[in-house]
Amino acid sequence: MNLRFSLNGNLVSLDVPADRRAVDVLREDLGLTGTKEGCGAGECGACSILVDGEQKLSCLMLAIQLDGREVVTIEGLGQANQRHPLQDAFIRQGAVQCGFCTPGMIVAAEALLRRIPSPTRADIREGLSGNLCRCTGYQKIVDAVEAVAKMREGDP
Amino acid sequence: MNSIIPEIGRPFARPDAKDKVTGKEKFAIDFYGENLLWAGVKRAGIAHGRIRKIDLDAAAKLSGVIKILTGADVPGPNRQGIVHKDQPVLVADKVRYSGDAVALVIAQDKETLKKALHLIQVDYDLLPAVFDVDDALAPDAPLVHEDHPGGNVLLKATIQAGQGEAALSTCDVVLEETFEVPMQAHAFLETENGVAYQEPGGRVTLIVSTQAPFRDRWEVSFALGLEMDQVRVVSPYLGGAFGGKDGATVQCLLALAAIHAGGRPVKMVWDREEHFAAGYKRHAARLHYRLGAKSDGTLEALHCRLHYNTGAYAHLGGEVMALGMEHAGGPYRIPHALIEGFCVYTNTPIAGAMRGFGVVQVSFAFEGMMDRLAERLGMDPLVLRQKNVIRRGDRHLSGVTMTQSTGITDCLATIQAHPLWQSRKRWKREAGPFKKRGVGVAAVWNAMGYGRGLPDSAIAKIELTPAGKILIYNGVVDMGQGNTTAFVQIAGQVLGQEEETIDLVQPDTDRTLPSGSSSASRTTYTFGNALIKACEELRRKILGRAAIMLLADTLDHLELLPGRVRDLQSGRELALSTIASMMPAEDRICTSQFLMSVARDRIDTGLEFRIGFPHLIFSYAAHLAAIEVDELTGAIDVTSYAAATEAGHILNPQTFEQQMQGAIAQGIGYALYEEVVTDQGLLRTPDFTTYHIPGAKDLPDIDSQAVTSWEPSGPFGMKGAGEVGVNGPLPAIAAALADACGIRATRSPLTPERVLSALDGFKTNPHGGRS
Repeated sequence: MNLRFSLNGNLVSLDVPADRRAVDVLREDLGLTGTKEGCGAGECGACSILVDGEQKLSCLMLAIQLDGREVVTIEGLGQANQRHPLQDAFIRQGAVQCGFCTPGMIVAAEALLRRIPSPTRADIREGLSGNLCRCTGYQKIVDAVEAVAKMREGDP
Repeated sequence: MNSIIPEIGRPFARPDAKDKVTGKEKFAIDFYGENLLWAGVKRAGIAHGRIRKIDLDAAAKLSGVIKILTGADVPGPNRQGIVHKDQPVLVADKVRYSGDAVALVIAQDKETLKKALHLIQVDYDLLPAVFDVDDALAPDAPLVHEDHPGGNVLLKATIQAGQGEAALSTCDVVLEETFEVPMQAHAFLETENGVAYQEPGGRVTLIVSTQAPFRDRWEVSFALGLEMDQVRVVSPYLGGAFGGKDGATVQCLLALAAIHAGGRPVKMVWDREEHFAAGYKRHAARLHYRLGAKSDGTLEALHCRLHYNTGAYAHLGGEVMALGMEHAGGPYRIPHALIEGFCVYTNTPIAGAMRGFGVVQVSFAFEGMMDRLAERLGMDPLVLRQKNVIRRGDRHLSGVTMTQSTGITDCLATIQAHPLWQSRKRWKREAGPFKKRGVGVAAVWNAMGYGRGLPDSAIAKIELTPAGKILIYNGVVDMGQGNTTAFVQIAGQVLGQEEETIDLVQPDTDRTLPSGSSSASRTTYTFGNALIKACEELRRKILGRAAIMLLADTLDHLELLPGRVRDLQSGRELALSTIASMMPAEDRICTSQFLMSVARDRIDTGLEFRIGFPHLIFSYAAHLAAIEVDELTGAIDVTSYAAATEAGHILNPQTFEQQMQGAIAQGIGYALYEEVVTDQGLLRTPDFTTYHIPGAKDLPDIDSQAVTSWEPSGPFGMKGAGEVGVNGPLPAIAAALADACGIRATRSPLTPERVLSALDGFKTNPHGGRS
């Protein structure tokens, strides 16, 4: 099946089998390995991507469901030469340990801040509750998201 | 972010985070390769039985199946294992647990692989099985390994001190209790995986998510009958490990697949269910304790009988139990002790290394006993601990004289002064309707390094590149603990160079030097010590060359500055790139080995332990948990948590906090709900719905403090801090539960069901409260 969608601002078009998962197309066909797979069952959130601005789990989506949509992966949020404020905050606040959950976590945080620009710490914990991290205990991740929200409040 | 000189003692954001936040960092799972094949394993699905017939016909006929291999196809001894070579790569005759590998399929793509594995039919002659230690130790129990001389007992050992068990009879108070803890899963986010290919000359290269690349090389070459130099192992950053990637997971299977793949790369990724079914686990254990004390609370005697269920294969079971036995008396002075340990084979998933390696289990028991003793004597539990904790100069019951930093007293003092402890009575009174509040403390410790009998060594290598930059050849894996960050700090500190000019090569048996496994809280300590010496040597070489080029008679006036050397007298400078261009390669590279010290005492106990006993250096912590118990549901909410840790001088407060918060999070999961459940040897918790790990909403903010300390043998005064934090949560939360509702838990995890049924029991019999 022909699949056309906007990926990190660029239009892509490719043929995919009807049963191919979005995460496999992103990682294996398009080489965007920043999106991770931790469970394949929608339980861990590592495969999170933004689809039309909302957090979606790419391991539970068929690739064809991306057709005509606007998709942003971790690679599209920011790169080394121009990092997203959440990416900078994750580095600075020590929110990264092994880093495997990090891309999905940052995507979830971005979706959260789009929904709730000034979240409380409880809002942040709620907003990230679909993303598992086994290293950090979440505290520094919450710190990082909170720091970005506060920075944005001070910078209207 | 401007480049800075990474220095010791200051918060320094880990350099590897930069590529991790943008998705650029490649973990093993992100390597694919041209013309890729996929390999996967048919798991037994039965607990115990002999293979009668494997029917491969239907699978082999499937288009896209390249090769199917069984035990008969494994060259070499077909045995893997770190200490005991008792685990087949592919089972040739007898299945010993449900996760055993019975066939290996290589296929064109993932979908074909899945279908082929499904089509393989195996017929078994089922055998009676043993699932817990009682089954396994029963007379006439079926044997997991018929050829093991000890029957189902992998290792039986004793540690004795003073008068041993006999001293209990002269104690004023003797308390007795039996504790039980379940299997825990590592549940790292990047499951076991790797990719491998065979080079035209026959050599096999593996890029694999592993904690021990150099040992893997030996494991793979031994199991498959290859020459060691025919195996290369590359280990990128790991997506978590916690002990579960210490030892062969995919390695031997992948190398076997690569040999049959005609030079094409082969990838194997265990899915989440396979991780739970076939990955290593923390040992389930039963811990019988008798603790004797004087009426003033002075500890006198301890008798422990510890049973560790090690599952179907030895892995590091004996060594895990050894460390548990060594820590069984807690960080306390106990003059008389008998610790008996039994590490037992069963037909259940393989237990092995996991953060807190055997110590997590006994921490629940020894701290549980301390709380019971405090209650019996009407003493403040914190004061009772302060009275008995081990100090520098004391002799521990293992026979080791504590000659190194021994800071548990300071940890307890920090917790005693903590606002949460000071205001606990008022806080408890303010509980709402149907809520009970409680506060508990725990004192824990954890050894660092391999221990006596297994040299704990690292070889650091550092290069001044022709471009004048610094390249660290890291030999110990960074699984997320941040050891590479410490290495950059060490190089920055000694060589005075900026972060942007310091780079790392990650472990690769071709490029870096053998430095042991990433385990035992040892990586920064051992490799860091080696790296300091290598950096100092490189510094001398650079200054020596600069002296010649600057016509300086002495090195005294020369200083290494970012990117250059300056003669402080003349003001003349030379760029490092200029100096490097004058140096041949062998002169720009320095290597240095460090070997960790071991206890010097003559030890005449624990003689059954071949390696890894006793230890000399420990980190210490006191933990405080404040919980609220819902009397209607039995649910425990950990509302606040504080930890005071003594791990020598802190090289990086940020990575130190990360380690503490992360370890405590795993410990809280272990305390409240994590439990690998099997039924007749078959896994009942195959996913994150049935095996619950803490999510963002399940944890409080954790207040982690470091007490001031210095470990003279450590790099810049540090010692390992990766594991000690996981030992505290279960005993601290159990103590808080007793404080809240009078329930003295003997079984973990402390699930709502257990708490609720104990609460019901407690209402009818307040003196018999158990859970």
